[in-house]
Amino acid sequence: MGYHQKPQNLSKNLQQDLLLPSVLVLRSPSVPSFFFSKSHLQAHFHLLDPLDSPEPTHSFLSRHAASVLALLCVASTRVSSETLSLLPSLKLVVATSAGLDHIDLGECRRRGIAVTSAGQVFTEDVADFAVGLLVDVLRRVSASEGYVRARLWAEKGPSPLGAKLGGNRVGIVGLGRIGSEVAKRLIAFGCSIAYCSRKEKPSVPYPYYPTVSELATNSDALILCCSLTKETHHIINKGVMEALGKEGVIINIGRGALIDEKELVKFLEQGQIRGAGLDVYENEPHMSQELFAMENVVLAPHAAVYTLESFAALQELVVGNLKAFFSNKPLLTPAQLE
Amino acid sequence: MESIGVLMACPMNSYLEHELEKRFNLFRFWTVPEKSAFLATNKNSIRAVVGNSSAGADAELIEALPKLEIVASFSVGLDKIDLAKCKEKGIRVTNTPDVLTDDVADLAIGLMLAVLRKLCESDRYVRSGKWKKGDYKLTTKFTGKRVGIIGLGRIGMAVAKRAEAFSCPISYYSRTEKPEIKYKYYPSVVELAANCDILVVACLLTEETLHIVNREVIDALGPKGVVINVGRGPHVDEPELVSALVERRLGGAGLDVFEHEPEVPEELFGLDNVVLLPHVGSATVETRQAMADLVIGNLEAHFLNKPLLTPVV
Repeated sequence: MGYHQKPQNLSKNLQQDLLLPSVLVLRSPSVPSFFFSKSHLQAHFHLLDPLDSPEPTHSFLSRHAASVLALLCVASTRVSSETLSLLPSLKLVVATSAGLDHIDLGECRRRGIAVTSAGQVFTEDVADFAVGLLVDVLRRVSASEGYVRARLWAEKGPSPLGAKLGGNRVGIVGLGRIGSEVAKRLIAFGCSIAYCSRKEKPSVPYPYYPTVSELATNSDALILCCSLTKETHHIINKGVMEALGKEGVIINIGRGALIDEKELVKFLEQGQIRGAGLDVYENEPHMSQELFAMENVVLAPHAAVYTLESFAALQELVVGNLKAFFSNKPLLTPAQLE
Repeated sequence: MESIGVLMACPMNSYLEHELEKRFNLFRFWTVPEKSAFLATNKNSIRAVVGNSSAGADAELIEALPKLEIVASFSVGLDKIDLAKCKEKGIRVTNTPDVLTDDVADLAIGLMLAVLRKLCESDRYVRSGKWKKGDYKLTTKFTGKRVGIIGLGRIGMAVAKRAEAFSCPISYYSRTEKPEIKYKYYPSVVELAANCDILVVACLLTEETLHIVNREVIDALGPKGVVINVGRGPHVDEPELVSALVERRLGGAGLDVFEHEPEVPEELFGLDNVVLLPHVGSATVETRQAMADLVIGNLEAHFLNKPLLTPVV
């Protein structure tokens, strides 16, 4: 049997060693299973998965992963500098999300490790979700549905009136790809758009405000589309909510910690803002129980990206990035490492 | 004008009631215990009827009011008014077009998003306290889905404009093709249904459009298809719709209207792919006020012998 013949008589594991590149999979058991399509990946790569072993991850990595070149980081599983230090040969981290705050990007940059993100696979779904939440809050879609399901329509007559969407001044916090797609959709509903961002974007037709507070003062609804960083932590605080005012609505499809959740609950309880649509929370899956009783709030379980279509696209992208890496071709969705 | 009798068919809006009372002698039909006796007593003073999507002026009522001059509907739909009888007797009819177009179209899209992305269901799920991180199901993407519109009037066009912003290809069925419109036309609802993912009812209810969404149309739409009804309940053959949903022959439905409001078929409550709303297409503070102002404006114009604002007949 020569080296270049298909070694059919060998065990499956050995076949894989000889034929397929190895990819280390890091996934916390609590992350959603949709992000990791084992069968899809096994068709192309030999997977090293610490969760398949009785060993603790730390020791598995020390023993098995010294020569691993590529790491698949599933969902929000943390990839710290400590983890990276156990992988001396690592050259690529493939993430399955657009946000990368769970990966030590600084350490990756220092070590020359490339990182790929989910690129734009989720963008449209997240934008759709943000719009869905805004329409739901203003038009009381979930609240009215609850009214019907509680048999109140027959018993009490019409449900309370909602608020018109058209004419609303929508302030987008973070006008990246998601923010731009949200803006494009809401314009068709007759909303006007303004934004704040780290830097003004001269090519964009919407008015710019340098701070979230000024944006809030001039908006009826704020839609949070920015990433979570040290600067944006609790960017929606008491001052911003006061500036937004009693008729204001906040939609959060970014990260829970963008909002001071305790303050938000106070403002909602006191009727100091009109309502909120939340897909993310500071301490998922837990949240202030007071929210459960509020009719002017729509709650979602961090589901803005969860569609069949986008997850199919994600699997293609993950395989595509890994294949590009192993064949020395340009990565499909490389992240900028600041 | 305080002596002019105006009969309001059912409760619809307290601002409207208040404003009508200021100007006319308002009769609230729903508070009358014995309707035929009431009509016999007051028939000579009632010169106007104000109706809505639930109750208007049928042949019987029109016959009972010999001094009736105008029926003003607090709706754009006219299915509760016997238009032929009004024409025959020279009774004017007005409705509330345009002011509610945006709200109804907004809600149609809101229903599409709520059905496909399971917004209401996931809201209930989170409130139940059962959410464990990452355990919610995958839903259906909305962007790019083919939207088929039955009736490309004001509301249909407004739905199309919004859906286009989500990159949805638009097609439509209408009594006649509109050559100036760039959307794809299908000469029958069945063909439209066979070629779209989301079928929206946005036409007026007439004898021709009764049960326009029937078994054949539902079959053509198929197990991944979604019906959105922001028209009138009778546009859809409700028992057929319910069995299709229960048997999973239809993918989902977003319903703002039902055949026998406020009754909702019990079977629908057990499904996770439907969104059920209590006829709120135009139910915003702003729009209901605009509709009320239009009703008042039409009545005032009529009794001052001025041109009606939004006449239908």
